[in-house]
Amino acid sequence: MGSVSEPQSPKASPASTGGAGERAFRWLTSGAGLVVVAAVVLIGVFLIVQAVPSLIANHANFFTSAQFNTGDANNLMFGIRDLLVVTLLSSLMALAIAMPVGLGIALFLTQYTPSRLARPFAFVIGVLAAVPSIVYGLWGILVLAPVIEPFAQFLQTYLGWFFLFSPGNISPVLTGTIFTAGIILAIMILPIITATTQEVFRQTPRFQIEAAQALGATRWEVIRMAVLPYGRSGFIAASMLGLGRALGETIAILLVIRASTSPSHGSLFDGGYTFASLIASAASEFSQPLPTGAYIAAGLVLFVLTFVVNAIARVVAGGKVNG
Amino acid sequence: MRFQRRAAAIGLIAAGALLFSACGSDNNSGGGSAPQAAGVTCGGKQALKASGSTAQANAITGFVNTFEQTCNGQTVNYTASGSGAGVNDFTGGQTDFAGSDSALTAAQTPAAQQRCASTPLNLPMVFGPIAVAYNVAGVTDLALDGPTLAKVFNGTVKTWNDPAIVALNPGKNLPAAPIVVNFRSDNSGTTQNFQNYLNAASNNAYGKPAAQTFNGGVGAGAKGSQGVTDATKSTPNSIAYIEASFAQKAQLPTASIINAGGGQPVPLSTDNLGKAIDAVKVTGQGNDLTLDLTSIYKTTTPGAYPISLATYEIVCTKYADPQTGTAVKAFLQTALSPQAQGTLTQGGYVPIPDAFKQRLSTSVNAIS
Amino acid sequence: MSTALDAPDRPAVPETFRSVSASRKIKNQAATVLVTLAFLIAVIPLVWLLVSVLVKGIPAIVSADWWTKSLSGVTPDEVRGGVYHAIAGTLIQALIAGIFAVPIGILAAVYLVEYGRGRLAKITSFMVDILSGVPSIVAALFIFALFISILGFDQSGFLVGLALVLLMLPVVIRNTQEMLQLVPDELREAAYALGIPKWKTILRIVLPTALSGTVTGVMLAFARVMGETAPVLVLVGYARAINFNPFQGNMASLPLLIYTELSTNPSAAGQLRIWGGALTLIIIVMIFQIIASVISRFSSISK
Repeated sequence: MGSVSEPQSPKASPASTGGAGERAFRWLTSGAGLVVVAAVVLIGVFLIVQAVPSLIANHANFFTSAQFNTGDANNLMFGIRDLLVVTLLSSLMALAIAMPVGLGIALFLTQYTPSRLARPFAFVIGVLAAVPSIVYGLWGILVLAPVIEPFAQFLQTYLGWFFLFSPGNISPVLTGTIFTAGIILAIMILPIITATTQEVFRQTPRFQIEAAQALGATRWEVIRMAVLPYGRSGFIAASMLGLGRALGETIAILLVIRASTSPSHGSLFDGGYTFASLIASAASEFSQPLPTGAYIAAGLVLFVLTFVVNAIARVVAGGKVNG
Repeated sequence: MRFQRRAAAIGLIAAGALLFSACGSDNNSGGGSAPQAAGVTCGGKQALKASGSTAQANAITGFVNTFEQTCNGQTVNYTASGSGAGVNDFTGGQTDFAGSDSALTAAQTPAAQQRCASTPLNLPMVFGPIAVAYNVAGVTDLALDGPTLAKVFNGTVKTWNDPAIVALNPGKNLPAAPIVVNFRSDNSGTTQNFQNYLNAASNNAYGKPAAQTFNGGVGAGAKGSQGVTDATKSTPNSIAYIEASFAQKAQLPTASIINAGGGQPVPLSTDNLGKAIDAVKVTGQGNDLTLDLTSIYKTTTPGAYPISLATYEIVCTKYADPQTGTAVKAFLQTALSPQAQGTLTQGGYVPIPDAFKQRLSTSVNAIS
Repeated sequence: MSTALDAPDRPAVPETFRSVSASRKIKNQAATVLVTLAFLIAVIPLVWLLVSVLVKGIPAIVSADWWTKSLSGVTPDEVRGGVYHAIAGTLIQALIAGIFAVPIGILAAVYLVEYGRGRLAKITSFMVDILSGVPSIVAALFIFALFISILGFDQSGFLVGLALVLLMLPVVIRNTQEMLQLVPDELREAAYALGIPKWKTILRIVLPTALSGTVTGVMLAFARVMGETAPVLVLVGYARAINFNPFQGNMASLPLLIYTELSTNPSAAGQLRIWGGALTLIIIVMIFQIIASVISRFSSISK
């Protein structure tokens, strides 16, 4: 997709810039830019404003408590520990799967596919991005989950000594775990990683590739010597964008991950809620300000989390990529 | 040339939009539309607004269909936003009545009284049996009682061949497998009613507060009744409480329940729950029909199925705007008509038994 | 390992150009296989998912009523009625988002490309990136906090539209920005040489040149927001009848229809509506994507 993220030096200007029309138009466009800045700032401000009263009324430690109990407005007990664990585990697992596969696809589309076929193939990957997330959720829990259950069983049986694969807090249930969600998220963020990485790989300077070819390099060696070094930062930035998307995914996760009554042990076979799925699941009950504020506080943490991830992506990309 | 193409594209989109907005309709009268109800005095406000319990949403849909057929041009817009929101909207005056899984509490009543400027009424209009569905290979006729259910759902009884279960099911081939409890992860009246039942029927052996969220401390939660149903269907050796209709549609076996009177296990059926409703105690004063649900949970009537969801319509005795009062009365009269009651079984609810319907009619007719 | 493998086919006389050694060949082959495999791995779930949705959804969408009727008056277990009300709601909400997001987005892009300099431009550009990463549930919560909690609005389709504005803006801005960058400077300079002021040049020459690309971006932005479920869960109630008024009352949309049927309707008719709704949503999103790619093919400037 994109090629520019840093504001470029403004395009050529005419000698004279005066005129009321000119000034009005300049103001109009700057105003539009300000709207964007204001939107982000206001999101932060209003989430904070709504969250603070609930955080003050909270009887549990917001960062270390694993419970999220808002049933009694006079005795709020909520914390984000488990939300954070489930959100990070599912997103990182998705990233661990989607990064190598996405890299492979980007290489396939840019280095291995004749340009005649690249377009239709890229379109196919684009279709993955067009599928609405509620459809992924439905398909994930009803169709995919039962199919991957034996694989999860296998991991738990043979690698159960490792904390990630130890029996989870909804054991013996193995469908609808963080593991299931991680795979679905991986499929969902694949198009994001692929699209952006592919774009950066396309920008690899022609002469670098030709220089490698002139040295008699095989196709793989060309990739290793020219394409990968050039595109590394773009690939990492693309992955961060994918991570940002995975962290905030709502409805697919809500449909897929089963809830648990006991806290998470950090296993991939745990159940629970992510920030986003918890908020969505409680959305129909947003009637009293204090309990609602608790969910808004969770939303605030999610906002900060995605803010940080996207900011890192931008810094890493150094202007090669945009979302 | 390019401009023409662009113009053509815009024209095409505009034409498509026009065509699209012209061809839609709400008119689904072809086919088996709802029959008209008799004995309803139509009139009053055209579109009533209500919100609340999701547990009765499907029942209300059936009532509204009959209402629209019966009273030409009148309708009810019911938003299934949850009982808490429903009561808040009602006391705040945004809606004309509320649907709620529980009667107004002592704390909520004054606000409702103020909003109505008359006595608010709790009318239990919709009853639904809660099924105990299970998925155990080779077992289709499981029998359970209150104390045993309480132990299963709080994790005290952990395996299917536990002596407590075997004692109720002599001669059946129960596996040594662990019991997987599936519960509703979202807030729901079903969960609240079921936990109330567990506490009542086990003399508090369940020992967990009966909230809208499951507090049993075991098992795996799933989103919504359908989520729980799917989970139970796909998880061997699991057990769950779900609204009866979901279990039936998914063809999951449901446990027969031995009620507090002892005796034979009672299979889940409309008639068997009707027996429990017939014997229900009313604690409300006058036209208020607040129920003592414990009398259903701990029913000793032979053949009565004890696990039920009861949801209320919360209305005013006398509305400030008589037009609203007339319309609310007409809607609730429609709901009690045999035609509207006939739509209930499809949605997994129980038609209200005649004796209790009389009492509801009296209360409804007093609304103005 | 490599010596054992390449021993048999090594020629007796050294060649002028040394052929690629076997280990390098194997590495190259392995890379080719892995990379192709990666592509296939992505295609498998796609085909699998589309086939599942098609098989379960086609029986629903082949009836004419599906596209022209609402579910008003249809009981949950009847196979009757359609999803017209949900399609209308989805389009209306997206349209509201577009009304705000498209002009603001294009102007912001013009600002970033044509005028932006200094700190404000840097911050704006940064915030566009941040906004593009804001999860839809957070956007929905923000609109909820501002309009419902603080300003006391009721839930409505309009508020959903506002939440979608936040999700649409970065897509419109980035796509427009990219197209504006591609407009050759010669065009601008030619206009300036004729004494045309900058703003007129932008409006009359730069934007029209970039128009098809911009429209593509807008279409892609529509495609993105129409499948969003989180905002409709938080900001509007579900209605079974047609509601063209986004300011009042409940309004259905395809994601909300799917979600509602999923959580309340156990009947076979409900299942049919769930998958039919999913298929309809994919079809509509795909239509917008295809329009986007068709328009971009007619683009007057190419990458």
